[in-house]
Amino acid sequence: MSEILVLVEHDSGAVAKPTTELLTLARRIGTPAAVFLGSQADLAKASETLGRYGAEKVYAVDDPAFGECLVAPKAEALAAVAAQAAPGAVLVTASNEGREIAGRLAVKLGSGVLTDAVDLAADLTAKQSVFAGSYVVSSRVRTGTPIVAVKPNAATPEPHEVTPQQVPVTVELSDLAKAARVTRRAPKEQTGRPELTEAAIVVSGGRGTGGDFGPVEALADALGAAVGASRAATDAGWYPHAFQVGQTGKTVSPQLYVANGISGAIQHRAGMQTSKTIVAVNKDAEAPIFELADFGVVGDLFAVLPQLTEEIKKRKG
Amino acid sequence: MKIVVLVKFVPDATAARAFGADHTTDRVGVDGLLSELDEYAVEQALQVIEAAGEGEITYVTMGPENAGAALRKALSMGGDQAVHVLDDALHGTDALGTSLVLAKVLEKLEYDLVVAGMASTDGGMSVVPVMLAERLGLPAATFASTLSVADGKATIRRDGDLASETVEVTLPALVSVTDQTGEARYPSFKGIMAAKKKPVTTYTLADLGVAPDQVGLGGAATEVVEVTARPPRQAGVKVNDEGDGGVKLAEFLASQKFI
Repeated sequence: MSEILVLVEHDSGAVAKPTTELLTLARRIGTPAAVFLGSQADLAKASETLGRYGAEKVYAVDDPAFGECLVAPKAEALAAVAAQAAPGAVLVTASNEGREIAGRLAVKLGSGVLTDAVDLAADLTAKQSVFAGSYVVSSRVRTGTPIVAVKPNAATPEPHEVTPQQVPVTVELSDLAKAARVTRRAPKEQTGRPELTEAAIVVSGGRGTGGDFGPVEALADALGAAVGASRAATDAGWYPHAFQVGQTGKTVSPQLYVANGISGAIQHRAGMQTSKTIVAVNKDAEAPIFELADFGVVGDLFAVLPQLTEEIKKRKG
Repeated sequence: MKIVVLVKFVPDATAARAFGADHTTDRVGVDGLLSELDEYAVEQALQVIEAAGEGEITYVTMGPENAGAALRKALSMGGDQAVHVLDDALHGTDALGTSLVLAKVLEKLEYDLVVAGMASTDGGMSVVPVMLAERLGLPAATFASTLSVADGKATIRRDGDLASETVEVTLPALVSVTDQTGEARYPSFKGIMAAKKKPVTTYTLADLGVAPDQVGLGGAATEVVEVTARPPRQAGVKVNDEGDGGVKLAEFLASQKFI
């Protein structure tokens, strides 16, 4: 069976959940092999998780450029590993960075690339949800080494304990790859809530919040949910752009999506339409969001949400 | 300062978008327009030229005849001229092929900066700008939420989930910009009239030295094997809040085992 390379997404060695999903998908297709870009110390932290989810090998490349430069060094390192491993496919997470690495790798390898796969079969046929979730497309790569950028939540991570073989790889990065320098990095304050694209429940607020996300956040915390926002709310500066759900923000597909004070414009629907269950609270009975909602309450979110939050707390005891 | 802005003519997201029998996006039978996300690229290019006090902008697109409308829209916002790659053999070209064609156009043009949107609103892959940078050997600073150009350098801010980064590239370089860079201007009446007189050069694949089998549906490195319309979501229960809306919602969530 050929190796399926999985590019590891990590924060100082803490492996991101979507990477464990990719390893699980890779095991359907062939032999999972992780590609870790980062320091020895971070690799030591990551290896256990990678082994727990079935990475038979870990190719490791270390270069300060991964932190000092934008994206391109990672793509070059991944291409070097691919040249050595001659894999059956390369899987990356469909984040902004992941898609860019996939795109660059496609040119380097002369291979086809698919992005935003929501499922990937053993024969490497990918399912994608397109045109704001109104179509499901099955596609595949027919030239070169298939490169697929897979969305978070495309698979449930399944543990498969192995001891990975460590394969250090030395890569001489080009000057061109190091041409985009990161001159400053300001870490973002973390909320302690689940990551938006990975959360089982997302509670969002829009124009109807009038800028007060208090009731939205309180409900999210009662449900153990992530908080999202519509473009109207982020454009108004009421909530950070990183939490925007929609075409120009994040696409989410949680078990439950709670839309509060959100009208449901196409821009927003594109980002949440494939959620399993959708619930909406809006003052406007004609809001298009109700066309999608499994359960809708026509009412003021400042009355409905606190009552709901109270009720959830009561029921959870 | 010479800037090239990449623009795409896309099916209107508010229209009933569809696929042809060959599984390609219907780009003719559905009303189209300049991709909204490219308007931000146009706006940023105009602002860079305005700040520099000199320079020119060339828009580049690839697409069927009606894609010229995207060029006219961009030209009505400002800028100087445009290039339209128009060839029947382009039908069904994938991202890899698109980047090849655009690279050949760029090889014919002079530029200090290439500006693109963060993604198209139809395919939405976000890969063509970096593919182009890869082919041309250009430094790339992507997903910019701010852009400034000075002293032969472009500086952007890139907002990620974990950090906000400042990234610098030496020109010539490619930059892609997000909708966070700020509202795009509306074309003025004068702008719309002026756009009609701005030159648009048409290139065929032969003009660019691209063989037809390198592009199009036949040359694509990827293929769509099946397209299925998702049944529209059915609206469920809608209740009016009569003081117990929160409780009713809790009951629904409990019935679905969310609480």
